[in-house]
Amino acid sequence: MGDIAKYLGDAGTRSALLTMLLDHIYLSLVPLVISVVLAVVLGLACHRFRWVNTVLVSVSNVLYTIPSLALFVIIPAVIGTSVLAPVNVVIALTLYTTTLLVRPVAEALAAVPDHVRAAATAMGFRPWRRFLTVELPLAVPVLAAGVRVGSVSNISLVSVGALIGTGGLGVLFTDGFRQRYLAPIIVGIVLTMVLALVVDLILVVLRNALTPWTKAGRS
Amino acid sequence: MIEFRGVTKRFDDGTIAVNGLDLVVEAGTITVFVGPSGCGKTTSLRMVNRMIDPTEGTVLVDGKDVLTVDPPKLRLGIGYVIQQAGLFPHRTVLDNVATVPLLSGWSKAKARSRAAELLELVGLPAELGKRYPVQLSGGQQQRVGVARALAADPPVLLMDEPFSAVDPVVREGLQDELLRLQAELDKTIVFVTHDIDEAVRIGEKVAVFREGGILAQYAPPAELLVRPADDFVASFVGKDRGYRSLSFVDASGVEVLPAETVRAPAASGGWQLLVDAERRPQGWSGPDGTVVPGGSLYEQGGAIRGALDAALSSPSGLGVVVDTDGRFAGVVEAHQVLDVIESHRG
Ligand SMILES: Nc1ncnc2c1ncn2[C@@H]1O[C@H](COP(=O)(O)OP(=O)(O)O)[C@@H](O)[C@H]1O
Ligand SMILES: [Mg+2]
Repeated sequence: MGDIAKYLGDAGTRSALLTMLLDHIYLSLVPLVISVVLAVVLGLACHRFRWVNTVLVSVSNVLYTIPSLALFVIIPAVIGTSVLAPVNVVIALTLYTTTLLVRPVAEALAAVPDHVRAAATAMGFRPWRRFLTVELPLAVPVLAAGVRVGSVSNISLVSVGALIGTGGLGVLFTDGFRQRYLAPIIVGIVLTMVLALVVDLILVVLRNALTPWTKAGRS
Repeated sequence: MIEFRGVTKRFDDGTIAVNGLDLVVEAGTITVFVGPSGCGKTTSLRMVNRMIDPTEGTVLVDGKDVLTVDPPKLRLGIGYVIQQAGLFPHRTVLDNVATVPLLSGWSKAKARSRAAELLELVGLPAELGKRYPVQLSGGQQQRVGVARALAADPPVLLMDEPFSAVDPVVREGLQDELLRLQAELDKTIVFVTHDIDEAVRIGEKVAVFREGGILAQYAPPAELLVRPADDFVASFVGKDRGYRSLSFVDASGVEVLPAETVRAPAASGGWQLLVDAERRPQGWSGPDGTVVPGGSLYEQGGAIRGALDAALSSPSGLGVVVDTDGRFAGVVEAHQVLDVIESHRG
């Protein structure tokens, strides 16, 4: 305990921690936001065209067999970025999270009752408007569940990125192990957990605000 | 007015859903498409608002070929109600009803106040507007579906088995409500059902479809029941059509006879009708002076079914006829009523 107090007592450490935390948030949440957009677009494509579904299922099965660390290293080789660039982490996590979200999104769109879709069409909705104002909102509960899983997994995977030196709270673990010093490791664990919980809480609040009708069914 | 001219729909798999349909739906009437499942009713209906386009032939709405109109624009002027109501689960009842006005470019405030009016029109309390569809009963959801279809005041209303999923008692209420609304609104309504009773109850004209999407008969309900075009229609309208059809035969051929009336029961050796000071029937005084409750009353000018009911339910064998104010007007004899019915059949 004294160790941790001493560690945190240093102003330089505290400002370094803040930078790491912000890096961590950036590296885990940017891929999450991009993934949501991609997953909605791809999920729609899966729902409309069977072959997209088939292709995506194979791609995602392959993708999940590649360990995250390997992916962080393969990406620069494939797209020609520097091995240590944070963008590698962003791309890798975007790939993971998108594959995680596409299928549930496609399934949620398929689960929109035919009579609801037919009624929307019959009332004069054009296809895009119908998608954005009827089908997509109805997929939000499923999408939100996927995003919560994705946010937790991204926040923990960003730490792995520290092994190849891309920043974030993972640096505390690599440094702590190297110096055989426990305090940064504990601070790293606590901050990662708190971050994951806070983000999850925000996502729940957001979901509830977007889906007031789901509560109506239970009352 | 909606007109089908030589309309055929062949789906990609070769199914002929509608075969050479020629039919005119008069403006301001309720026309019912009825027939067993799979005979092309829904397909015919959906060719009106272009959810399906015909393979051959033309569908005209108010003289205009629907294929020349952009489907979303066409649909804004055609209300559509379906079996499961098709309400948006994520929108409140009020916002559901406001959907088409909003799509048509009304302001939010105007659309909502119009939606509130519509809820009242279909007999739903205003508080329901704040609820979500899952919080309503099936019958209430159907009413909301009707309100939503009527919100932008479209001249045409398409209804595809709108009341089939609700229980029979609620269904009758909804049918009555629809007839009441129609008396007020005067829409051109095409109503699809597989239930001949429903068809006869609400249709001003009924189109009976048979398998293969062929129109078997298109006629007012009375004609359908009394003179079915062929065996298919006859068996579809059902065995008890003989009795049901009496609702449509007028009873002017039945002679209304005078009968003795009394103000108080008396043993006269015969049947005498008891009336009050206003000459409203109160029951019968039997041959030995006992009071026997009367049967059903037949109001002059009504269908012959009422006359037959009155005659057959009366303890004296004489059906009691009343005028529109409920005053005694005479009696009818059962055998006379039956003679008139016979002559109608022949
Ligand atoms: N999209 C479609 N593709 C192929 N066949 C269809 C399609 N829609 C309907 N059908 C067929 O067309 C026939 C008429 O269907 P429908 O109009 O729905 O009948 P109804 O409403 O009278 O029950 C049925 O045999 C049905 O299976
Ligand atoms: Mg149908």
